[in-house]
Amino acid sequence: MIEINNLSVSRDGARILHDVTLNVPPGRLAAIIGPNGAGKSTLLHCMAGLLPPDCGQVLVNSRNIHALSEARRALILSLLTQAQGTIPRLSVQDLVAFGRWPHHRGRPTATDRAITAKALARFDLDQLATRNVETLSGGQRQRAFVAMAYAQSTPWMFLDEPLAALDPKYVRDIMDRLRDMTGDKTGQRSIALVLHDLSVAARYADFCIAMKAGRIIAAGPWRDIVTSDLLSDLYDTPLRVAQLDGVPVVMGL
Amino acid sequence: MAERRLVALGVAVLGLCAVFLLWNLRAPIGLILELRAEKLAALVMVGAATGAATVIFQTIATNRLLTPGIVGFDALFVFTQTMLVLALGGAGYVALAGTVKFVVEAAVLMAAAMALFGILFRNGAEDMIRMILTGVILGVLLRGLAGFAQRLLDPSEFAVVQQASIASFNAVDPEMSGIAALVLICGLGAALWLAPRLDVAALGRVQARVLGLDHDRLVLTSLGVVAALVAVSTALVGPVTFLGLLAASFAHALLRDHRHSVLIPAAALMGAAILVAGQAVFERLLGLQSALAVIVEFAGGLLFLALVLGRRAR
Repeated sequence: MIEINNLSVSRDGARILHDVTLNVPPGRLAAIIGPNGAGKSTLLHCMAGLLPPDCGQVLVNSRNIHALSEARRALILSLLTQAQGTIPRLSVQDLVAFGRWPHHRGRPTATDRAITAKALARFDLDQLATRNVETLSGGQRQRAFVAMAYAQSTPWMFLDEPLAALDPKYVRDIMDRLRDMTGDKTGQRSIALVLHDLSVAARYADFCIAMKAGRIIAAGPWRDIVTSDLLSDLYDTPLRVAQLDGVPVVMGL
Repeated sequence: MAERRLVALGVAVLGLCAVFLLWNLRAPIGLILELRAEKLAALVMVGAATGAATVIFQTIATNRLLTPGIVGFDALFVFTQTMLVLALGGAGYVALAGTVKFVVEAAVLMAAAMALFGILFRNGAEDMIRMILTGVILGVLLRGLAGFAQRLLDPSEFAVVQQASIASFNAVDPEMSGIAALVLICGLGAALWLAPRLDVAALGRVQARVLGLDHDRLVLTSLGVVAALVAVSTALVGPVTFLGLLAASFAHALLRDHRHSVLIPAAALMGAAILVAGQAVFERLLGLQSALAVIVEFAGGLLFLALVLGRRAR
C-alpha cells in the first residue's frame, strides 16, 4: 500500500504538485494518466524518494520513503526513468545484473547470479545477453531496462513512460510481462506507471490515477472511474471509451 | 578476460621498468642505477596517480572527455602553492620541510576541490556542456589568479613558484618521493575500496540513486581521492593536463570492461607505461632532455580533439 498525505512538491522553485492525497493499493497495475505538464513524472519521482517534498509524506508499506537511506529504499522500490543512463560497451547481461546491486553492493553471490539469469530468461534476453546495450533496438533496449528493474526484486516497481516511442509489438511485449508480474502468486509485484496511450492503459491497468495541473482528479479501479466524460474533461478534448471485440479502446472524436 | 589483459599490462610495465633501469648501463653502475631508480619511481608514481585519478573523475562526471587537469585540479594546486609562497614569503616557503609543504598543499587542494566540484557535480552532472565549460573556465580563472598572484611576488620568490608550476620529469624532488608514495598507496587503496560504488555511479546520478547509492556522498569521497592523487603528481613534476586522458582512454580501450576494480589498476599501469616508455625513448634513443611533457601533452591534446570531433563523448 502506498499512502500519500498532503504532498506538495516544487521543482526549480515552481510548485508542481499541490496538496496531493492518494492511496494506491498493492498488487495492481496502476496507470497514472493526464495531460502533459500534469505532474505525473514528478509524482512518480517523489513516490520513488528521489525528489524531496515541500510538505506532506509518502508512506510505502507504512514506511516514510523520504526518511529511509538510499540503500534501504532501493530494496523496497525500483524506478525506470525516461532517460536511462548506460555505459559504453556494457553488455545486456551486465546491465541486468546491476539490478542486483542493492542486494549485494559489489559482491554478487550465487543467488544474485541466479536471479539475473531468471530475469534474462523472463524477458527473452538470453539470445542478447552478450550484446552491447548501445547496439540494441529501442524495444530491446527498453526490455533490458525493465528486466534490470525486475531483477531488483522490489515489492514496488515504478515506470516513467516505459512505452515512449515503442512499436505495438514491443508495447505488448512489455505490458504483458508487467501484467504477469502483478498476477504472480510468488513474488507478486505492485506496479505504478505513467502512460500516454489511453487504449493501452484501458486494456492493461486495473487502477487509475488521473492527474491534471498538479492535482489528483480521480483515483480508483479503472472500470469504476474511467468514463468518456472523465477523459474528455481531463484532456480538454472529446474522447470516448468504447468496446472493440470485448477490449476497451479510447478514441478521439 | 579483462583480468588476463590487466596482468599482461602489468607484466609489460615491469618489462618497461627493467628496460629503463638496465638499458645501456655503464660504470659507475651503483650510482647510475640509483639515479635511474629515483627517476623511475617518480615516473611510475605520476603516471599511476594521474591515470587512476582520471578514471575516477570521468566516472563521477559520466564523461570520458574530462580529466582533473582539464577542469583545473592542477591549476588549483599551483594556485594553492602560489598563495602559500605569498603568505609565507619565498624564504619561509623554501624553509618549510618538503613533507609539511606537501601535506598542507594536498589538504588544501582536497578541501577546495570537494567544495568547488562537489557543488558542480551535485546539480550539473547531467548537463555535459555546462560541466565542461564551467570546468574549463574555472581552470582558466585559477591559472589567471595564480598568474596574478605571481606578479605580486618578488623575482626570487617567483623563481620558487615557477619551478613548481612547470611540468618537468627531470627535476623530481627526491624529498617528496616518500610522502608522495604513501599518499599514492592510500589513494589507490581508497579508489579500489570505492570501485563497486563507482561501477554503479557510471550509470548516471538518477539510475545510481535508484539502485541505492548515496550519490552525493560518493561524489564527495571520490573528489577527495582524486584531489589527493592529483596532488601526488603535481607535487612531483608539475601540471600535466592530458596524460590522464591518454591513460584512461587506453585503459578503457584495452579492457572493454565496466568494472572499476580492474579499470583503476589498468589506468594506473597505463599512465606509468606511457611515462616510462616515453622517457626511455626520449632520453636514451633521441638524446632529448625535457621534451617528454610537451610530447605527452601534444599526443593527449590530439586524442582530446579526436574524441570531441569523432565519437559520442560519453
